[in-house]
Amino acid sequence: MIPRYQKILFSILLLASLGMGVMLWQLRERAHQRMIAGQDSAPTSAPEVAPDEQATLVVASDLDGSLLTQVHTLPLPDDPGARARVVLGKLLDLYAAADAGHKVAGGASSVTQVFLLPAPEIGAAAKPKPAESPTGEAKPGDSGSAKPAAAPSQQAQQTGPQLAVVNLTGSFVASHPSGIQTETLTILSICGTLHANLPRVTQVRFLVDGQPRATLAGHADLTRTYLAADVVPSEGTHP
Amino acid sequence: MPVRLAIRLFFAARRQTLLSGLVLACAAFAAGQPVLAQQAPSAPSAPPARFVVVLDAAHGGDDAGGRFNNGQLEKAFTLAMSVRLRSLLAARGIQVVTTRESDTAIDANKRAEIANHAAAQACLSLHASESGSGIHLFASSLAPAQPTRFAAWKTAQAAWVTRSLALEGVFNSALAHAGMTVSLGRTTLPPLDSMTCPAIAIEVAPERSPGKDNITAELTDPDYQARVAGALAAALVQWRTEARQP
Repeated sequence: MIPRYQKILFSILLLASLGMGVMLWQLRERAHQRMIAGQDSAPTSAPEVAPDEQATLVVASDLDGSLLTQVHTLPLPDDPGARARVVLGKLLDLYAAADAGHKVAGGASSVTQVFLLPAPEIGAAAKPKPAESPTGEAKPGDSGSAKPAAAPSQQAQQTGPQLAVVNLTGSFVASHPSGIQTETLTILSICGTLHANLPRVTQVRFLVDGQPRATLAGHADLTRTYLAADVVPSEGTHP
Repeated sequence: MPVRLAIRLFFAARRQTLLSGLVLACAAFAAGQPVLAQQAPSAPSAPPARFVVVLDAAHGGDDAGGRFNNGQLEKAFTLAMSVRLRSLLAARGIQVVTTRESDTAIDANKRAEIANHAAAQACLSLHASESGSGIHLFASSLAPAQPTRFAAWKTAQAAWVTRSLALEGVFNSALAHAGMTVSLGRTTLPPLDSMTCPAIAIEVAPERSPGKDNITAELTDPDYQARVAGALAAALVQWRTEARQP
């Protein structure tokens, strides 16, 4: 004779088992539907890439020690730092080619990063302030636009000259040919290329693996700040 | 007896010299002038009688410089060129000061110190490279500046850049006259920027046929080295001639 409470317990357990089975079946169906729906939402179009633009490269030649400008079409991102890295990568790819006139191994991966910072002001005092007329007098309607002192400096950061800090890899520097001319040409072509594509870059400094370094390959000084605006050549200019 | 007389005369003469020096110093002190000013040369406008050239053989010791395809090191080439050029200049009556005479490591500041103490009329930093063609002449890329009493060490060459460019021009003419390919440029070279003399860097590269990559004279070619050294010596003689002209 089965006690009554055992019958009730058995019935409850049976019902719970059946309920869980139904629920499991429904979850499985839902997962199957989600999987099918996921397949439908897979990307079918190519990822968006930066549009092709013209970039001016200042290319060095060892044979006559000259710097020449060349125009190349390549995808350039909007971010200035990324854009600087892309144009320098293209320049160093040219130097890594077998038929390069200025052979330097390494290629595009030799530039780890390019940092763009507000340049230390050189002669900026000569420029008129934004809230003033060129003669230095306050404009009549500017009284209500008085801003804290930080406002002009923010504007200067957005439109003023920039210092580019180029971080090169140690392997690039280690494999760079030694010599005054070849090292100077590399540095000047990097400075000129940066200024040609990012005109706000007026000064360039170099790091190697994130650290300051005395020379590129035993000759050209890497501790100083280079003035990029002086480099952009007319055709066939010597450094 | 004659020996005793000679000793007495020697001490008398020495005492006289000391006394006269003391009298001169007292007179200068009374006149309110520093003693060293009284001893300064009285004819500063006269052209310098001595013509000194500083030869800086780049690299040395642990710093081997460039390594050429045949295994030769740049430090050995520059030292050999320095020795060869020193002999040629000495034969022409030019006083030479070298920054190193053996395979020793000398830092850039020491090289500039040697050059600046020599008060030279020309300072040449000798280099070599396998890239490029012919002779590469470099002056400092510092902007010309007026000479000042105190100059920053790293930009001391700024007051001499104009003279350095003139020196570069003389070398360009002399090397071109010797039939060599010459390229002129500006660079930032640590010892060059600290020198207070007309200073240029001379980088010797293999000679290549014009417009092509074919090497016609290797760096190790003794004839080529002799031609380069001869042309450099001729340029310095020309520079001395120009320096002595009023």
